[in-house]
Amino acid sequence: MLYNEPSPLEVKILTKRFGLANSESLDTYLATDGYKAFLKAVEMSPEQIVEEVKASALRGRGGAGFPTGLKWSFVPRTSPKPKYIIINADESEPGTCKDRLLMENDPHQLIEGILIAGRAVDSHKGYIYIRGEYRYLIDVMDRAIAESYSRGYLGKNIQGTGFDFDLYTHTGAGAYECGEETALLDSIEGKRGIPRMKPPFPAVVGAWQSPTLLNNVETLSAIPAIIRDGGAAFAALGPPKNGGTRMVCLSGHINKPGVYELPMGFNLLRMINEVGGGMRNGKKLKAVVPGGSSCPLLTANECDISMDYDSLAKVKSMLGSGGTVVLDENTCMVRFAQRIMMFYAHESCGWCIPCREGTNWLKKMLDRFHSGAGQKSDIPLIGELSKNMLGRTFCALGDAAAMPTISIVEKFTDDFEAHLNGKPCPYQHAADLVMA
Amino acid sequence: MEPVNGAMPMTFSPELEARFAKLLESYPPGRTRSAVVPMLLYAQDEVGHISNELIEEVARRCQVKPLQVDEVVGYYSMLHRKPLGKCHVQVCTNISCLILGADDLYEHASKKLGIGHKEVTPDGQFSLEEVECMGACSWAPAIQLNYDFHHHVTPEKLDQLLADVRKAQ
Repeated sequence: MLYNEPSPLEVKILTKRFGLANSESLDTYLATDGYKAFLKAVEMSPEQIVEEVKASALRGRGGAGFPTGLKWSFVPRTSPKPKYIIINADESEPGTCKDRLLMENDPHQLIEGILIAGRAVDSHKGYIYIRGEYRYLIDVMDRAIAESYSRGYLGKNIQGTGFDFDLYTHTGAGAYECGEETALLDSIEGKRGIPRMKPPFPAVVGAWQSPTLLNNVETLSAIPAIIRDGGAAFAALGPPKNGGTRMVCLSGHINKPGVYELPMGFNLLRMINEVGGGMRNGKKLKAVVPGGSSCPLLTANECDISMDYDSLAKVKSMLGSGGTVVLDENTCMVRFAQRIMMFYAHESCGWCIPCREGTNWLKKMLDRFHSGAGQKSDIPLIGELSKNMLGRTFCALGDAAAMPTISIVEKFTDDFEAHLNGKPCPYQHAADLVMA
Repeated sequence: MEPVNGAMPMTFSPELEARFAKLLESYPPGRTRSAVVPMLLYAQDEVGHISNELIEEVARRCQVKPLQVDEVVGYYSMLHRKPLGKCHVQVCTNISCLILGADDLYEHASKKLGIGHKEVTPDGQFSLEEVECMGACSWAPAIQLNYDFHHHVTPEKLDQLLADVRKAQ
């Protein structure tokens, strides 16, 4: 199903079947170039497949942006242990709602991407870890998987190629931390989702002590196009080292929020104005969350920027998960920071002291501050406490809580000062909060 | 059926038993512990909450100790030890929903139902929860009623949805 109108500025590679009748069916998939890439991949050597993915400059679309081809090359293909592929469909980064659409509208594209990855790393078993709240997608993927098995596109000797692959869905049960690779591994093993110390990395010691390739839904969904049309064509869509398209989830105070597939390197202001229809109700832009709540926020002045991994890194932010949230002039940045910290304090798995204690202290401080009971010395203290979490935790959740908070308290100090001395929040009901 | 360790084993609907059977075959040999979380969630959908009896049952079927099942329940936010309402109303108040009025929407839901966060109405029909991002940010404000997504939810739309649920019950 489509939940918003497409934009004419989209470059529809992963979303090319969105909107077609029965887009989720195998017949529709086969009629629209489906499985051509897999049949090509079985004629290629695993090394050639990895080289093609490297040439595409595809980088992890879950949020970290790690070069995909390089990650695939880390799996010891010749190990006698079974190798597993785990598809990260835990999509829980605030602002992000794209993997859901890819599974709903084109499940076979994902399955084909998984098979090609299997060929590349000598894996014959895959698990799609789907967040518990996406129950309807467990059903969608189970149906697509059953269809594939019945038509010889999964199981033994797929389409007579001699390649075997078994694919399963596995449900989560409500835990943002389980989107972190190593916590996901513990979760799929039946435990609490606590992250593991790295190294060893999952590619070497992953699920059930075996080499495991973990990739995001969008990342794997891009693979068929890359193998079918070549890595160079995919790379050419974006700036160097930032190839391809990106599913952008535009949300917030714009006229046309929605999920749009745009080329890497698309300008953020153009995204807001030309794809997102501009600011609603004639309000001014105040801030943007570029790629999910874990990213440092950008001020309005910082939004004339190419949305690619390297450009965002240069300004000390991140392209992240594609969750681009647009905030207008009536947004209270203290309330925003408070809500973000409430999220991380809630989702902290509790393993590491800096994260477990830090997120909870910061939540209490931000609660108190927003209610008007804060002190001036709290402002730098919020930044300092946040910085004390950076780089001191088993996983990136501590960093994810710290980074947006630091950016808000440093870039929007005015909003903090407006809450001092018992003053009520100046933004309370100042905005038109009801959707038109 | 014979009691096991003095207790009768639990049985579930044929569909759920089939699902469990498939689940236990999905994982590598000797790794049935991996079925614990899915089994708990799917069972909870049918029996309503995670009871001690269910924990023992899942442990038996997955060939793990009951403690190994018990210890995951508190970690996963969708698993609950007490029954919720027949219709569990989940209102997201995370960033994209927040800035489009989710605070007011949650207040409205709370007032309308007469209950607060994680509480159940006296007649057992509804429960309410303020939840984290559910992955509907571009179509905010978003809620879930049990597993069903609803997008672009205003207080008026919420009233209609709840009325529809009451009519159907």
